[in-house]
Amino acid sequence: MTAVTAPRAVGGRWASQVLGEAGIGVALVALVAFFLAFAPYFGTSQNVRDIMTQITINTILAVGMTFVILVGGIDLSVGSVIALCAVVAGTAMTDSGLPTALAVPFAILVSVVIGAVTGFVNGFVTERWVVPSFIVTLGMLYVARGAAQQYTGAATIYDLPPGLTRFGTATFAGLPAVFVVAMLLVAVAWFVLSRTVFGRLIYATGNNEEAVRLSGHRTSLIKVACFVIGGACVGVAAIIYMARLGVASPILGQGYELNAIAAVVIGGASLAGGRGSVVGTLLGACLLGVLSNGLNLMGVSDFQRTMVTGAVIIVAVVLDAYRRRLSVRLS
Amino acid sequence: MAVLEVSGLTKRYPGVTALDAVDLDVRPGEVHVLIGENGAGKSTMVRCLSGIERPDAGGMTLYGERYQPDSAADALQAGVRVVHQELALLPNLSVAENLFLHHLPHRAGVVDRSALNRMARDLLTEVGLDLSPRTPVERLGIAQMQLVEIAKALSGQCRLLIMDEPTATLTPKETGRLFEILRRLTATGVAVIYISHHLEEIFEIGDRVTVLRNGKHVTTQEVAGLTTAELVRFMVGRDLAHEYPPVRPRELGAELLRVTDLKITPAAPSLSLAVRAGEVVGVAGLVNSGRTEAMRAIFGADRSASGRVEVRGRPARLRHPRTAVRAGMSFLTEDRKAQGLVLDLSIAANMSLANLPAVSRFGLLNRAAEAASASALAEKLRVASRGVRQHVRALSGGNQQKVVLGRWLAADTDLLIVDEPTRGIDVGARYEIHQLLLDLADAGKGLLVVSSDLPELLGICDRIIVFSRGAIAGEVPRAEFDAERVLNLAYSGYLKGVAV
Repeated sequence: MTAVTAPRAVGGRWASQVLGEAGIGVALVALVAFFLAFAPYFGTSQNVRDIMTQITINTILAVGMTFVILVGGIDLSVGSVIALCAVVAGTAMTDSGLPTALAVPFAILVSVVIGAVTGFVNGFVTERWVVPSFIVTLGMLYVARGAAQQYTGAATIYDLPPGLTRFGTATFAGLPAVFVVAMLLVAVAWFVLSRTVFGRLIYATGNNEEAVRLSGHRTSLIKVACFVIGGACVGVAAIIYMARLGVASPILGQGYELNAIAAVVIGGASLAGGRGSVVGTLLGACLLGVLSNGLNLMGVSDFQRTMVTGAVIIVAVVLDAYRRRLSVRLS
Repeated sequence: MAVLEVSGLTKRYPGVTALDAVDLDVRPGEVHVLIGENGAGKSTMVRCLSGIERPDAGGMTLYGERYQPDSAADALQAGVRVVHQELALLPNLSVAENLFLHHLPHRAGVVDRSALNRMARDLLTEVGLDLSPRTPVERLGIAQMQLVEIAKALSGQCRLLIMDEPTATLTPKETGRLFEILRRLTATGVAVIYISHHLEEIFEIGDRVTVLRNGKHVTTQEVAGLTTAELVRFMVGRDLAHEYPPVRPRELGAELLRVTDLKITPAAPSLSLAVRAGEVVGVAGLVNSGRTEAMRAIFGADRSASGRVEVRGRPARLRHPRTAVRAGMSFLTEDRKAQGLVLDLSIAANMSLANLPAVSRFGLLNRAAEAASASALAEKLRVASRGVRQHVRALSGGNQQKVVLGRWLAADTDLLIVDEPTRGIDVGARYEIHQLLLDLADAGKGLLVVSSDLPELLGICDRIIVFSRGAIAGEVPRAEFDAERVLNLAYSGYLKGVAV
């Protein structure tokens, strides 16, 4: 009685699995094939490395955002918090008087802690006073941006340690080192979400918080933890940003939160929570990066690229919704 | 000619026939009372009459014309007005706007406020509400809102008025005023279908009464000449011959749970109860009698104002379900979809949710162990599925219920609170769940079983605690089990001084 198997149902499940999980991958492959055919230099190893470097920051931010979105939250403060992390960590490197070997790890710690603390504030306020995270993080967007400008007096920090900027252009096993960092984060996040009790509770809470609470779990704690993880990822992204561009500016990162959300949503996550995966998010970030890079190589202007990107986001979620209905029907 | 004639009305939901070929006729100018136990089909009847649900079979005529509403708007158009149990007012709009939302007076699309407020004032006077039509609804008390809802029903052409528990929130004085309004209305020929749990109201306002039971029409009679006892007998019926597993005599063990002077709110009646090991305690009462609220408070799902809860003689401060689970309690909620299941997770994941430490080490899930444990439970509970990795969304109601039960079996707590364990479940699964509950009691667990299904409680419980209007109205031991006695207790809080 435990395994009543109907042949049709199995076929349906296979189809729904393909439709449900491989959809974004198929789209990415099609896009790559298109650019290989029509965009000059797209397939060169140098360009592939470029794409990897270009998507690194968004991938890291989107991984953090995945945790927040999985529990039904949203973090709009990402773009401002990355600036705050960068200027404080940047100043820690230039003004602390520590030798580079100590200053850089110290700056990483500072950056991650600031990110985590803002994440904690976002999550705590959201949970403690039961307000939408949309509004709380919108407020944090302003607070963090203002704090970043206040901190440096609106000045940009230039003279970052060369050791850091060397890392920004270094390669590891032929891959950009910063991209390797992003992939490590993806791997860790995948492991946490799919193999740990905490990950299980994240999905369950996003899906039905009351059921999880009534099963004896502190769902508020789980949700706040996701905001903290999201914030810590922003801290990591801030370091990568400085390593790549060699500067820390209080006005950097504007709109980054939207890119991150776009990657997560294209990756198949539900903004209502409970559905999504870090692999989907990675594919979403890749899709956005490939699109931007390929169009650029084809000589499409910046403005037109922005329009196409927007259209792709809309098409992606419409297809996703359609796909989901289809797979529900099949199962 | 009858205002409304219903013949053979049938409505089926998956696993349950809510209305089974019900006939009803309502005459002009009469107040026709509809009564029945929870789940008898009253609400489904209202939903069919008001166009919210489409019946599967049967026909309706309104003043001799075929009446087949496809939507609430159709019903409104036909002059059928409904005051639902749940208020459907828009809190941010004014009283006047709420009253005339469907047909706001306007000039060239611009709302004519003075006409609106004038019309609203007339209507408010009619229901005896003395307030400005400009008042936002959110500032009204619940009884005032109820009266506004009634006024709204009268705001247009009204040929048939349906009222579903209109007095649940009204004071006796307001109820008196409502009855005056109803008498005025019926004097003009409007027919009223009136649904209430308050049996004494039937005698005060009703002309005829129709009793439903298990979706079937039992009787329609003139109210004059009936007694409350007769009504109760009609509602309970004599066909209590459902199949229940045999109840073996059990040795009761130590006291597992003692609740003393629990108050949900500071003004609420204080509740005390106890459950011993190996005991199945039924909790009966009408919907909204406070039984579920009491269970939630005991489990720590909601805060309570005051009271003591002891588990195995040790005081427990139950502020959160987490502490309750740790103290050895389980809670199967009445709404399995909203509060029990995680629909997009697998059977295995749902079953392990209250017992994750057993299938994990250092925070890492052991998915093989989880699947093995879930498979064993699924087999024991006879869950029909394609395997424990299947999402629970696609399962039938009975199988879903078994999955939630499996979660608490995995947690293996001494005390289980189960709220409506067999609601919406087919007969076969019902029997299995009853058997399972009895097996648990045989194994020395203590059970609190909340149910609207009285035969179920009579079938499997050792004693029944009866809630009425937020208080414990009484307790009936198995030796004295009698459906009428339980029902009378359940209604006792609502009978204001009427002897049964």
